[in-house]
Amino acid sequence: MTEQPAALQISDEIAISIENMNKWYGAFHVLRDIDLTVYRGERIVIAGPSGSGKSTLIRCINALEEHQQGKIIVDGTLLSSDLKNIDRIRSEVGMVFQHFNLFPHLTILENCTLAPIWVRKIPKREAEDIAMHFLEKVKIPEQADKYPGQLSGGQQQRVAIARSLCMRPRIMLFDEPTSALDPEMIKEVLDTMVALAEEGMTMLCVTHEMGFARQVANRVIFMDQGQIVEQNEPEEFFNNPQSDRTKLFLSQILGH
Amino acid sequence: MSKSDIAFVRREMLPEKAPPATAAGPIKWVRDNLFPGPINTVMTLLAIYFIYQIVSGAMPWFLNGVWTTSSLAECREVLQGATGGCFSVLTERWNQLLFGFQYPSEQYWRPTLAFVLLFVAVAPVLFVALPRKLLIFTGLYPFIAFWLIWGGTLLVPLVALIGLIVGYVVFLRFETKGFATAALTGVVAVVLVWWLGGFVSAAASETLALTPVPSRDMGGFMLNMILGTVCVSLSLPFGILLALGRQSDMPIIKWICVIFIEFIRGVPLITLLFVANVVLAYFLPPGSNFDLILRVIIMITMFASAYIAEVIRGGLAALPRGQYEAADSLGLDYAQSMRLIILPQALKISIPGIVNVSVGLFKDTTLVSVISMFDLVGMIRGPILAATEWNGVYWELWGFAVVLFFVVCYGISQYSQWLERQLQRDHR
Repeated sequence: MTEQPAALQISDEIAISIENMNKWYGAFHVLRDIDLTVYRGERIVIAGPSGSGKSTLIRCINALEEHQQGKIIVDGTLLSSDLKNIDRIRSEVGMVFQHFNLFPHLTILENCTLAPIWVRKIPKREAEDIAMHFLEKVKIPEQADKYPGQLSGGQQQRVAIARSLCMRPRIMLFDEPTSALDPEMIKEVLDTMVALAEEGMTMLCVTHEMGFARQVANRVIFMDQGQIVEQNEPEEFFNNPQSDRTKLFLSQILGH
Repeated sequence: MSKSDIAFVRREMLPEKAPPATAAGPIKWVRDNLFPGPINTVMTLLAIYFIYQIVSGAMPWFLNGVWTTSSLAECREVLQGATGGCFSVLTERWNQLLFGFQYPSEQYWRPTLAFVLLFVAVAPVLFVALPRKLLIFTGLYPFIAFWLIWGGTLLVPLVALIGLIVGYVVFLRFETKGFATAALTGVVAVVLVWWLGGFVSAAASETLALTPVPSRDMGGFMLNMILGTVCVSLSLPFGILLALGRQSDMPIIKWICVIFIEFIRGVPLITLLFVANVVLAYFLPPGSNFDLILRVIIMITMFASAYIAEVIRGGLAALPRGQYEAADSLGLDYAQSMRLIILPQALKISIPGIVNVSVGLFKDTTLVSVISMFDLVGMIRGPILAATEWNGVYWELWGFAVVLFFVVCYGISQYSQWLERQLQRDHR
């Protein structure tokens, strides 16, 4: 592995451990025998063709989808059907969606303070300070009093990232965060994510942005038909893919 | 084509300009909307002719109207065959139209005061800009209004209020032990306070007492207002609960809600009112005095909440799944995500539908005239038109009823449109 700055060091502590996980939609087997261990500080990019189960995989991690077999342990907590457990894991795991999913009836600031106030029981004033801190970090503090509908897609996605960060999550999940954006706006969102990675956040990111994967990831996972087909360090993954399916995918995605 | 023909570089962005003068103003409006072509010009002239006919026909009826006679015969004498309305029926029977014919006339100030206070109580609910402290009065209003309209000792509504407060406090105390336990102990506390308070208010029935007026003496437009206000304000929360229940993952709750909604929606309101009036008495223990207005309120509320539940279900279905997922992913629990994220948006989408049901409900309160309650329609149909003095005065009376209902319903509709504009959250 190439030399990493201190903040990017990966610890031995396990953040997420998935063992032999299987999931079905009715009779359709979407995730098959997934085994994955994520160490704290790791930045993992999950790639693969559409329908390969990559979004479903990360949605299982914060129980937006339930799995039918196997174990998922997030931050030391076993994911079960116990609602208290699920709510706790969700408050520790931030999630950024393809379509932002900001709350359109609340201002940007309210979007960011809502969960800290109601879930973490932080006083309103303090929650607003935290929110402004993270809005500055994603470089849109001046939009705090606007509504999501008044912002561009890129700005909305940065707000969504700030909203997750306000909960002080230990793990961040990104579900195709740039897929719904204009090319001009992709960069501003990716820059935000790079900055986040440089601070040592544990990240799982489903994306087609291979440049981002090369720059930030320490591991790239390639999925197809609900299985992990190949995983490697980005350098090796892109320059020396092993399986034919990966080679085909890379030739198509990098071909133009 | 040479290369220099297609090359173009903009050095400066263009500034915004005002639209040309011919694209705005009243003259343009008239020309565009009334006289854009020969056919439309003819239509406009025809419409003006019809409006003239209607107005010129109706004007003398209003202008020659008689306001002071005490019977139809006298009124006809005054008119001497000329066109004119006998509006004196309205002035002479004014109090009966508003309060019914049995409400003691020296007590009319009580429902009138309750009516005025209603606006104070409703204002902070309707207009968010008003100070939130006014909501305390809104909370007290039902008890004050009950005391004013029905009379009796103030202790009765006071005990009812205290019971609810005690129940709520008990509920909060036991909330950590689980929702079901807390709700149950809360209900027990409420019943206990009411039961004990019943003795107190019975023993001291003269304390701060107004002349009691029994429910069967309520009538006129007052009865429509009572039924309308109470049923609308009760059916909204019940409708929300039913809509959420219908979406529930718990099969028992889901099926109770589905069966309730489908059954109530499949039955005409008038049959429910007959059930309230007659059939319910068979099921109650003999001698129990279950107030007729209360029975009617329960039936209309059940009916309206089933409709409102379906309207709100439409709003819930219209929300993208992402909103539920975003709320979940932040760690909000079910109650929080419903109250803070889902319902505010779903209710906003449902406003037109909710208003539609509310307006319909308010007008449906006139159906109680069929089970021999004397609301505005019941008063006109019964005591007033049956009286020898006023037998045959149809236009004036029904016109008056139409105007009263129209004013209220149009007001509700205008408010809802204003509210929708207020809640608009994008830049358009």
